[in-house]
Amino acid sequence: MTDIAGGQRVFAGLTLEELRGSPARRRRERFFRGLFFLAAFLSVLISVAIVLSLAGGTIDFLTKVKLPTLLAEGWFPRRDMFSVPTILVGTLLVSLIAILVAAPLGLGAAMYLSEFASRRSRRRLKPILETLASIPSVVMGFFALRFISPQIVQKFNPDAGIFNLAAAGIAVGILVTPLVASVAEDAMHAVPASLREAAVGLGARQRVTTMKVVLPAAVSGIVAALILGVSRAIGETMIVAIVGGGTGGSEFTTDIFGQGQTMTAAMTALASGSDAARSGTAYPSLFAVGLLLFAFTFALNMLSERFVRRVRKDL
Amino acid sequence: MASIVAAEATRESVRRALTGSRRDIRGAIFRLLLMLTLFVALGVLLVLLAQVVLDALPVFRERGVSFLTSDTSSLASRAGIAQGLLGSFLLMGFVALLAFPLGIGAAIYMEEYARDTKLTRFINTNIRNLAGVPAIVYGLLGLAVFVRLLGALTGPDVNGRSLAAGGLTIAIMVLPVIIITTSEALRSVPKSIREGGFGVGATRWEVIRSHVLPSAAPGILTGTVLAMARALGETAPLLMVGAVTGFLATQGGLLNKLGSQYTALPTQIFTWVKKAQPEFQHLAAAAILALIVLIFLVNLTAILLRNRYERTW
Repeated sequence: MTDIAGGQRVFAGLTLEELRGSPARRRRERFFRGLFFLAAFLSVLISVAIVLSLAGGTIDFLTKVKLPTLLAEGWFPRRDMFSVPTILVGTLLVSLIAILVAAPLGLGAAMYLSEFASRRSRRRLKPILETLASIPSVVMGFFALRFISPQIVQKFNPDAGIFNLAAAGIAVGILVTPLVASVAEDAMHAVPASLREAAVGLGARQRVTTMKVVLPAAVSGIVAALILGVSRAIGETMIVAIVGGGTGGSEFTTDIFGQGQTMTAAMTALASGSDAARSGTAYPSLFAVGLLLFAFTFALNMLSERFVRRVRKDL
Repeated sequence: MASIVAAEATRESVRRALTGSRRDIRGAIFRLLLMLTLFVALGVLLVLLAQVVLDALPVFRERGVSFLTSDTSSLASRAGIAQGLLGSFLLMGFVALLAFPLGIGAAIYMEEYARDTKLTRFINTNIRNLAGVPAIVYGLLGLAVFVRLLGALTGPDVNGRSLAAGGLTIAIMVLPVIIITTSEALRSVPKSIREGGFGVGATRWEVIRSHVLPSAAPGILTGTVLAMARALGETAPLLMVGAVTGFLATQGGLLNKLGSQYTALPTQIFTWVKKAQPEFQHLAAAAILALIVLIFLVNLTAILLRNRYERTW
């Protein structure tokens, strides 16, 4: 097959040069590959830009701020009071209430859809969660202010103000429920049918199979779902900005029936303030809070990712 | 042990014999409780919609469709969402023109070109991390880069708080979601489809263009349209880059609009919700109704596209 003709290797009558295809075709190939690589690499640049813009503002803030004001009695940026505990505890309370709402709702829905529902009822029930997931957070904030706060929280505790952290927490919980449900359902779906069949073969009822076999097998994925839920709750902004109160700032509080401030709500209050508030220390504090928020959600997302990977390895 | 005559062995009698005729009450309660969670979700949805419609009713009864066509105003009786609607449409234009091609391109690289190297694994992790970054943090990115750093470019007359800055911010925010959904769609195209193309001597790009993309198009389209629906309701990043105080310039061409102040439907809702007077709460509800209808329409488009073109291999 191969013979040497005039110093050139020839395959079945074709030279290597001919086999390579036309140079224009190869150029086009390189061009598109490079183009798509740039698009993919852009995501790295975006990450770098996020970190740089957050870090830049934070350094600016730290050089201007007087450190004792970070432990003031409250978060009042316009009066140079930047109490970090206030916004941290506010965020913690809201996310805690949120996950107390989202965990039973989300996991229950996931369990029903994955283990009990027939294929037909699954197709009918799943759109409920999908529709709930498509409700924008600003709409959920409106709902929290007009319904959850007066009809649920104030019925439960008549002393509660119309702006309170409990209503915010409940609404955030409803908002993250579809996310928790979908990640948990994926995890339970990934449990091999053979495990269920073994349990049923031993005479276990469906409830026992679900609780004693499927749930333990899917536990990493379920933990991942809950962590992801907390991470989303921490970053949720509009609900707390609408119903959490504390537009101008907030005293340190652990009272869920009163106004409070979360990291995200503090940021919207800073950003939607007048231009006068853009000078001084208040403005860069926006970026410092942003960095804190970014760090928290990043850590939680990495943690949840690790749990998800453990599911894949086990099964 | 109860014995069963084969002819009578219906499903029910076998079940009864196996469970000793005892009813599984705990199991039934358990099942009911699980079902209840879905009904709570449905109940929340219905109550939410009822609340919005009830609150919005006075506005539509008094104003009719003029609410949709009037400009922003500090007077509740005159305020409308025309500028918010236009602003939101223009923002979606940024998503369609910037985020779609970039996201699809990045996904093509990750799924079709990238080998399993350290760099590509890093890019992959990075994309998934970006998808988990809270929306408000993207707002800070937009504030630092598009408003302050490039303000002279994006909106010289409005301190950078321009439609262009908002659009770029939203486009960057939805980019990771688009990459991830597109990757999933590309992954679901079977290898044999590609091999068919390579077999007749096509190059990688030719295979992608003529085989992979057409096969993955329904999935890509559905995913990107859904991402757009999500972007429509996004508020927090727009607050950071200053949509809330702005009003869209009604005069001038498109280029003029890009560099000028603007407002969007969700930020208008936020401004109205924050006002104490009940008239503004009603306005907010009416605007929410418009936003929800818009989002449902976009979602419906995605579902119809999926049902029409979806292929299972």
